[in-house]
Amino acid sequence: MRELSTDVITNTVERLCMESNYFLPWDVKKALEDAVLKEESPVGRDTLLDILKNAEIAERNQVPICQDTGLTVVFVELGQDLRLVGGDFNEAINEGVRRGYKNGYLRKSAVDDPFLVRKNTGDNTPAIIHTTIVKGDKLKIIIAPKGGGSENMSALRMLTPSEGIKGIKKFVVDTVDKAGSNPCPPVIVGVGIGGTIEMTALIAKKALLRTVGEHNPNPEVAKLENELLEEINNLGIGPQGFGGRITALAVNIETFPAHLASMPVAVNIQCHAARHKEAVL
Amino acid sequence: MSRIINTPLTDEVTCSLHAGDRVLLNGIIYTGRDAAHKRLAELLERGEKLPFELNGQIIYYVGPCPAKPGNVIGSAGPTTSGRMDAYAPGLMEMGLKGMIGKGSRSKDVIDSIVRHKCVYFAAIGGAGALLAEAIKEAEIVAFADLGPEAIYKLKVENFPVTVIVDAEGKDLYEIGRSQYKR
Repeated sequence: MRELSTDVITNTVERLCMESNYFLPWDVKKALEDAVLKEESPVGRDTLLDILKNAEIAERNQVPICQDTGLTVVFVELGQDLRLVGGDFNEAINEGVRRGYKNGYLRKSAVDDPFLVRKNTGDNTPAIIHTTIVKGDKLKIIIAPKGGGSENMSALRMLTPSEGIKGIKKFVVDTVDKAGSNPCPPVIVGVGIGGTIEMTALIAKKALLRTVGEHNPNPEVAKLENELLEEINNLGIGPQGFGGRITALAVNIETFPAHLASMPVAVNIQCHAARHKEAVL
Repeated sequence: MSRIINTPLTDEVTCSLHAGDRVLLNGIIYTGRDAAHKRLAELLERGEKLPFELNGQIIYYVGPCPAKPGNVIGSAGPTTSGRMDAYAPGLMEMGLKGMIGKGSRSKDVIDSIVRHKCVYFAAIGGAGALLAEAIKEAEIVAFADLGPEAIYKLKVENFPVTVIVDAEGKDLYEIGRSQYKR
């Protein structure tokens, strides 16, 4: 059986924390460049150009794109034929986060309890770790730092099946409308439909990892993605909420089978600093 | 074309600004976000002195990244202003003239902006690397224990912002959206 040292996991997480915060993914950059051409508002266009310039500066100087370097969301796919040796698996990830945020001069944005003292943990731990067991003997790690501004504008509702596509559309568009300028538009809208309350939130988050411009393989779902993107961009919020045609770069929907009685919908909003970076060990 | 403005702000300057104007700020601004505002409010409640003179000043809602060696400050873009809405009217009452952040403000805050002839600016959210380049000096003046939430005194040169709410209460977020809504 193939073995992998947890030290390698720590080192990889450390590197990915820094790289994800310094380098804007190519697909997001391309989407922003395309948006410059489509944006009708002059202020909106200038804003998009400044966002692209910011990404260049971050890349060149190896500094964070955004000062909100997020809570560290970690998706792990662990091959069932891989044996981990060394220390504790979750601790190995948290140690990587600790080192990445310290050595990468990233902001520590985690507080130790949500509503009492709210003391900063000082090292951005704990990471939010989602692990699934998959076939094979590899380990895939995706680091997706998630800022608070856009996360705060996200929402979940337990719709009833009778509310149908119309109900889904209304909830998604209303959520983006209400968020307005707060989540740093242009945004990427991750939508989870189906499952249970926690599953729908999780697939909405996973939808944010999809390459911008790619659609859900189900043509009906892809159609809904296009319709929602158009409706959202008709809101007029525009880049940074200054008014304009480009409020969202993409709407990505993931679905999951649901209970007879349920149609949960989660909307996870991602700012234009849509950061994620992966490695396969 | 951006207008160049020096801090601290006067009524004359704030009353000449209009929603949508683009401004380059020069001079001293102070940082403060959630935890720092909570502490400022507690000081005011106890009738104690604030750690810096508010009159004519601007507070920038930001929690910067740590500076890399050789840099003045780490990435430093705005945080969502709405979370400071509960505290902003009290600070304007005490002389605060300007705020920099991102995102919409409550009716109470907009009413205070009009009453005290203040201004609310937005900097580009998520452009922390770009904005940090306009910050030339940074010094902690209070609440160092809060880490990224401490109050810093920043010296800025041509720090780019847009007027969102002007002293007449006009709101660019409303105006801009209605212009491009379909």
